[in-house]
Amino acid sequence: MEREITFASAIKEALHEEMKKDKDVYLMGESVRHSVWGVTRGLNKEFGDTRVVNTPISESGFVGAAFGSALLGLRPVVELIFGDFLLLAADSIANEIAKYRYMCGGGGFKAPITIRVAGCGIGTGAGPHHSQSLEGSFLNYPGLKIAIPSTPYDAKGLLKTAIRENNPVLFFEYKLLYGVRGNVPDVEYTIPFGKAKVRREGNDITLVALGHCCYKASIAAEELSKEGIEIEIVDPRTLIPFDKDTLLNSLKKTNKLIIVEDGIKRGGVGSEIAAIVSEECLYSLDAPIRRIGGKDAPIPGSVYGEKLMVPSVEDIINACRILKSEG
Amino acid sequence: MIEKNIGSEFTEVIAIDKKQKKIRLNRNEIIEKIPKDKLIKMYKDMVRTRALDEKLDSMLNKGISLKQHSTYGQEAGPIGAIATLDQEDYILPYHRGWAWAIGKGMEPKYIIAELLGKKSGCCKGKGGPQLANFELGVLGRSGVQAAHIPICAGVGFAINYRNEKKACIAFFGEGASDNGNFHEGLNLASIWKAPVVYICENNLYMQFDRSNETNSVKDIAVRSIGYDIPGYIVDGNDVISIYHIVLKAVKDAKSGKGPSLIETKTYRTGGHTGMDKTHYGGYRTKEEVNKWKQKCPIERLKNDLLEHKLITENDIQEIKNKAIDEMNISEEYAVQSDFPNLDDYLADVFCK
Repeated sequence: MEREITFASAIKEALHEEMKKDKDVYLMGESVRHSVWGVTRGLNKEFGDTRVVNTPISESGFVGAAFGSALLGLRPVVELIFGDFLLLAADSIANEIAKYRYMCGGGGFKAPITIRVAGCGIGTGAGPHHSQSLEGSFLNYPGLKIAIPSTPYDAKGLLKTAIRENNPVLFFEYKLLYGVRGNVPDVEYTIPFGKAKVRREGNDITLVALGHCCYKASIAAEELSKEGIEIEIVDPRTLIPFDKDTLLNSLKKTNKLIIVEDGIKRGGVGSEIAAIVSEECLYSLDAPIRRIGGKDAPIPGSVYGEKLMVPSVEDIINACRILKSEG
Repeated sequence: MIEKNIGSEFTEVIAIDKKQKKIRLNRNEIIEKIPKDKLIKMYKDMVRTRALDEKLDSMLNKGISLKQHSTYGQEAGPIGAIATLDQEDYILPYHRGWAWAIGKGMEPKYIIAELLGKKSGCCKGKGGPQLANFELGVLGRSGVQAAHIPICAGVGFAINYRNEKKACIAFFGEGASDNGNFHEGLNLASIWKAPVVYICENNLYMQFDRSNETNSVKDIAVRSIGYDIPGYIVDGNDVISIYHIVLKAVKDAKSGKGPSLIETKTYRTGGHTGMDKTHYGGYRTKEEVNKWKQKCPIERLKNDLLEHKLITENDIQEIKNKAIDEMNISEEYAVQSDFPNLDDYLADVFCK
């Protein structure tokens, strides 16, 4: 049976189900019992404080420690309250967790750890240190998988897969998606990594969008449709592994590509996707590839200012109008 | 505790006391309590560690490329400590020396093969000096100083989570104890009562500089106060003392009392690496190095064993000869082994 629940509730359900299914799954993070985003609130009442662990303000330390427990076979789901705090735990994630199995020669060395990169992006005027979109920054570390859901259905399915993965996963949760409602069936399901989703079909432009940008794109799509511009929204769902085939198939139809992300445009995910597409099918494109991303400045600390720094629905509409007219 | 309600004329400020307490131990009594085979094994392992170091230096002198952060002078610490562990206990070592590898049972032929980058090495040629052996409980050796300190707290967390009676020892130098991860790791281990022992080998030098320039304290063990865990200072060149105090710390850990911080006062009589040629008469005086060479931990245990009639001069010679043979065979094995191919180098980024 289908029901409509929020993105945050969908994540909570995934955690609840996986903790019930497997006693080795436990949660760790700052204030995870009370839960800043409400996502993990109350889980300790059912599973106990030993399985929902409040940590000190030690991102580098507790991510490293969670990894230590994963070496012994536990399956930690660690929360970083704000995506920005990835930078505090960067060595633990990029140097230790990502590389450990490889440098120890494989075998028994595994890192079945999921890091919930919570509270990503703008939305609460929280300023430069609490509003970043860092998924692009972590593309360069072999040994990490990256998932970035844009709907409640995907959040639940991808998180269950992440937790069951025997490899490290960074799971990006956007602030402005927590309250978004969507259909989530009450049957057991997971979503495999490396399978993108075509959110909306269209013949004119392929638009790749991540996280909250996918949501903004779907609103833009309705407006554009009224002008006779039909965009095809491709949601990668996972950046590593990345589903190239779904994207290239879409481009066979549209031959125009635009990539939209909240992360800083320079060196962002869009750069990587644009390069892949250039390598694969440059000659069949009808126009240059376009990217929209975060502006070249830190996010200012106000709800007014932060909106100007990331792609808006209006920005997406304008970019698609221009792209439609090219080629 | 600041007393409340003591009147409006007075107030209180609390000064933290920095006292240290000396505990005198009788070494002979300690020796008599250690099983004979354990004492002999500690001696053998220190001799084998020395032989491995000398073998690696000879390979370097032949022009072979390998990372050799030699143990010379610091054999007692890890070997004395690991002797207190059971087979299923864990260690998280660091770059200094090979005593922890030998002590935990890693075979020199796979160590040397790994240092040469060969596929037959303990890490399939991928780790280099960053050795590991999952089955033996050597949970990897990070290339980042102090990174393993919070990882150790997490290993302890997992042991508690599963209600097991195991321990994990992390080894590091005094330089690493200045790193943020040391502080975060000890705090975590303390609040979790992690069954771990943190052993800081203070050899007075951080690479080519004296550590007193960069450590804010003279005795690293003092930092235990900040994390409300026991701290001890021990003679790092005496395997008997180390065995005694680490045994206490391991027992405390396994009985739910949580972590301890043990500082061994020691010295490396070799260079920072095998390529460091200025450690003797350069950034360190010859007098200082020679003074510490007089305190060789292998010599000390040898004398203890002779005094207690647990070993003969013949045994000593035989142990030494066997160690040299073992390293010769190990070198041969490593040199004959193949390198990984590109497919091998791309493997094990992920597991199934």
